[in-house]
Amino acid sequence: MRKIERLLKNLGAGFINKMWRFGAGARLFGLTLVSSGESFRRFRLTIREVYFTGVLSLIIILVSAFFVGMVLALQGYHTLQKYGSSEAIGVLVALALVRELGPVVTALLFAGRAGTAITAEIGLMKATEQLSAMEMMAVSPIARVIAPRFWAGVIAMPILATLFTMMGILGGYMVAVPLIGVDAGSFWSQMQANVDWEYDILNGVFKSLVFGVACTMIALFEGYDAPPTAEGVSRATTRTVVTSSLAVLALDFILTAFMLG
Amino acid sequence: MAQSIVEIKDLSFGYKGKLLHHGINMTFPKGKVIAIMGGSGSGKTTLLRLIGGQLKPTKGEVQVSGEIVHKQDRDGIYRLRRKMGMLFQHGALFTDLSVFENVAFPIREHTDLPESMIRDLVLMKLNAVGLRGAHALRPTELSGGMARRVALARAIALDPSIIMYDEPFAGLDPISMAVICDLIRSLNDALGATSIIVTHDVEETFQFADYVYFVANGVVAAEGTPEDLRKSEMPFVHQFVHGEKDGPVPFHYAAPEYHASLLRGAR
Repeated sequence: MRKIERLLKNLGAGFINKMWRFGAGARLFGLTLVSSGESFRRFRLTIREVYFTGVLSLIIILVSAFFVGMVLALQGYHTLQKYGSSEAIGVLVALALVRELGPVVTALLFAGRAGTAITAEIGLMKATEQLSAMEMMAVSPIARVIAPRFWAGVIAMPILATLFTMMGILGGYMVAVPLIGVDAGSFWSQMQANVDWEYDILNGVFKSLVFGVACTMIALFEGYDAPPTAEGVSRATTRTVVTSSLAVLALDFILTAFMLG
Repeated sequence: MAQSIVEIKDLSFGYKGKLLHHGINMTFPKGKVIAIMGGSGSGKTTLLRLIGGQLKPTKGEVQVSGEIVHKQDRDGIYRLRRKMGMLFQHGALFTDLSVFENVAFPIREHTDLPESMIRDLVLMKLNAVGLRGAHALRPTELSGGMARRVALARAIALDPSIIMYDEPFAGLDPISMAVICDLIRSLNDALGATSIIVTHDVEETFQFADYVYFVANGVVAAEGTPEDLRKSEMPFVHQFVHGEKDGPVPFHYAAPEYHASLLRGAR
């Protein structure tokens, strides 16, 4: 009986805690939006963060994309040739990347590469009293630190996802055309004919935009909310990856359901 | 007494249902260097945060230039903070900015001065703390004492009328300590500011402070000039000033009787 009571208590406490954190995250999101004026008035603050979150993530994004594209082409060709439609390999690679893999894998890599860096940086700024110092200088840390990083993530993610998709298609091409010997003309022409600008490409960009908001905000909130200790920052960094990944996959399902529905 | 710039009136503060301060009264006259002393965990730093409006009192009030801090809205608190400079315990320099940019930070944020004037101001402030030559270094390249001096230059960048120091001597070698002592006094006098120092370093503080408050068990246990306190026979002050191991502040944290604990295997 006691065990059940304790279990229920823990469950309840865990749920309330999660709700509190969700509320605090939503509050920070609201404050970030309200305090965003500075990020645009002094756009170089945001540009600087685009460099840290976006440009420095390029290597991992591009290399991963190339391999993802190559694997897609290999797997796709293996299945398509059974039905005699190996010429459609270009469409398969492009659609898979544009609709799903581009935005999703980019967001997962972004959470691992840039999200953790953001959380650790903000968490350490808090632990070393840099955010407090800013507050005492009458400078809002949300306007000066959080908002530029948020907009940088929102700007960087769709660009990274687009580059991921392009690189993935190139990887698919390298395997399908020179290696397997699919006709280059049909690879590109089928892709051109079957990938829709609005239905496929814009929807993919919209997804990456939503993922950009979610991943960056989670990373920022975890850093801002981290207990100012070594253990606190390390846990917050882990939570960033776990929460961002789950959020991206769940949001992907919801968005896809709406887009296909 | 000179006009007071900061006043703490009947202040109580606590969190999670536990009171840290009960009915504290302090006055900080203009132009003076006032020290708040007490053991670790006595809530000295919390007092600075209450003055800076980062925390709200449970009861009582803190007045800065005649305005009640916790009754201000965000803009009001920020307006008051522009009159304050604060030196954090470990400097709290922005690690992604150079020494120059750290000192320039408050100037850039709060003024529209041209770049040439910002440069002159920053170099003047750095010169005042003896680190003009270090303007291009990164905070990670500085020693603890140098970082504290850069943070001090940043704290005085906008010529504040109140300078607050949180444990300015913690972890410093004797030379750096002497430099910081000298700077606190000389900057205070040069700027005509009021300095509030939170510390537990008796010898250094008594050399230059005008007045000292001792905080213990959440109240002002004693106050006076360094000379008064040196001569004080109050048991707590005597123990603190002379660094005695045992006294009103016990060596042992409250625990059950020693032998009984061992025999019972109590934790």
